[in-house]
Amino acid sequence: MARIDLDLAHSYRPSPRNDDDYALLPLKLSFADGGAYALLGPSGCGKTTMLNIVSGLVTPSHGTVLFDGRDMTHASPQQRNIAQVFQFPVIYDTMTVAGNLAFPLRNRGMPRERIRQRVGQIAEMLEMSDLLDVRAAGLSADTKQKISLGRGLVREDVSAVLFDEPLTVIDPQLKWQLRRHLKQIHKELKLTLVYVTHDQVEALTFAEQVIVMTRGRVVQIGSAAQLFERPEHSFVGYFIGSPGMNFLPARWRDGGIEVDGHRLGAGPEPQRLAAAGEFTLGVRPEHVGLAAPGAPGALPVQVQKTQDVGTYGLLTTRRGDALIRARVDVAEPLPAVGERLWLQLIGPHTCFYRNEELIAP
Amino acid sequence: MKTVDQKAWLLVLPVVVCVAFSAVLPLMTVMNYSVQDIISPQRRVFVGTEWFVAVMRDSELHDALVRQILFSLAVLAIQVPLGIALALSMPASGWRASAVLVLVAISLLIPWNVVGTIWQIFGRTDIGLLGASLAALGFDYNYTGDPLDAWLTVLVMDVWHWTPLVALLCYAGLRAIPDAYYQAARIDGASPFAVFRYIQLPKLRGVLMIAVLLRFMDSFMIYTEPFVLTGGGPGNATTFLSQYLTQKAVGQFDLGPAAAFSLIYFLIILLLCFVLYNWMLRVGQGDAAAQQAGHG
Repeated sequence: MARIDLDLAHSYRPSPRNDDDYALLPLKLSFADGGAYALLGPSGCGKTTMLNIVSGLVTPSHGTVLFDGRDMTHASPQQRNIAQVFQFPVIYDTMTVAGNLAFPLRNRGMPRERIRQRVGQIAEMLEMSDLLDVRAAGLSADTKQKISLGRGLVREDVSAVLFDEPLTVIDPQLKWQLRRHLKQIHKELKLTLVYVTHDQVEALTFAEQVIVMTRGRVVQIGSAAQLFERPEHSFVGYFIGSPGMNFLPARWRDGGIEVDGHRLGAGPEPQRLAAAGEFTLGVRPEHVGLAAPGAPGALPVQVQKTQDVGTYGLLTTRRGDALIRARVDVAEPLPAVGERLWLQLIGPHTCFYRNEELIAP
Repeated sequence: MKTVDQKAWLLVLPVVVCVAFSAVLPLMTVMNYSVQDIISPQRRVFVGTEWFVAVMRDSELHDALVRQILFSLAVLAIQVPLGIALALSMPASGWRASAVLVLVAISLLIPWNVVGTIWQIFGRTDIGLLGASLAALGFDYNYTGDPLDAWLTVLVMDVWHWTPLVALLCYAGLRAIPDAYYQAARIDGASPFAVFRYIQLPKLRGVLMIAVLLRFMDSFMIYTEPFVLTGGGPGNATTFLSQYLTQKAVGQFDLGPAAAFSLIYFLIILLLCFVLYNWMLRVGQGDAAAQQAGHG
């Protein structure tokens, strides 16, 4: 178990010239001992690169990796004592399930009796005790991935356990179950866990701290609530939530916010908005409500599409070129397509961005 | 009731015709010969299983068969490990990989009789590089006179000619192993030997099966190279089954015994391939199946 500090940048090219050449732009990041972290971002954003740098499979081209303050930048995965589980199940075909689970321990010369005991515990935890003597090759993808997870968790003294989208190949029902197992294991063993995923639900339910990445950059680190309520970067607003945040071009005029020629009235932190002049208004569909005509902070729109998702209704409305989505209660009948109505945009959860960065509140 | 569309037969017809002309009809001809004594094109006598009995009792044939089996086993024992080792040491990517692939493949592109000729000259003690070098080092090497030398020269020639095939197959197999396996092995702290034993070798099982079968069948049917190099000599030291068969059929024009022998030869290859194939399949899946039976 260890605290891990990253202060680095990485490029797979030998002489990077511009930002696009970097898989990871310069960043500083700490994983506290015993924390559960998720790296969340779309494919190709650099999250796997970061994970491989932590585990030692990749050496960063610039900067350092510290484990408990010791420089481990050039240390091998074995020296770092890291466990890692990959996206697709990696199993040793010729061994039994027990052999697979014991492999990392055997390679480190642990006494036989101790290995048997530990393998038994892990198998029990993953509910596969009855499979221990079966050869691993013929098992289903689900079970194979469970073996991979088990191999990642079998060592007790690891600095951290890293998961690289480990549940991709597993069917939804089992996913929930395994995720619960992982949380439970985290609670029991107090291991540092880092979990890479592009699935926001997975990240938000698993981790205490979610690190959101895009294009080689860390844009926000925070809890699920922070990422949802107050995205510090418009990418976070767009990526987290289903559907993502609504964004509307807006500007400051005569002491109030104006969207598409319509005055919405004052917002929070008027000085900053006034200083920015032109900015982007962001509001989550969950926070867009129906409003009385002419209400302060409301905008008249035209309904373009309605969907009844069961637990809520989703309105897609248009104002000029912009689309605004709103989640509404299904207890009341959904408005008809083409109907004109007013949507409340300004509220306590409305955020304002300039150059994609949050400026207010 | 389900209607059955008989058009499918029409679609397999081309294959049936091709196979009939290329395999079934020649085989039937050979079968026909094997039960008759062909005295002249117009005169033939039905002899039943007489030729088969005669062939089975032929001690020269027994010697050739033993020689052949030893040769094929030696070929497998040398070429398979050597091919794997070669594949493991070949570079994985870049221009070096391309260059090495071309170099390794060269011997496979040389026609069989040319291979024989190359080694015939290569092994000569007066002008051949190998023969002259061995002579200079004080070895009493003479592949035309000494049976053991001749046998070894044929073996080394085959190793030179065909190990690259095993190496290329294994190389392709190695390249098909996803990177994640090597990464996982590093994470699990596996030694290089453990990586070979638990990742590379199991993943190569498929291509190795093909390599072993190909090398076994080819070496069991070897004809051209020893024919050119030693002509089966000295004495009968390098007379393998094919050559013995050709001597009988073409040299002595004993069509009946030659046909009977061909059929037995064919059955031996078929049987050994069947045994090898099933054995290798079992090595991979045997205990898994056994365990499933035990649990089920």
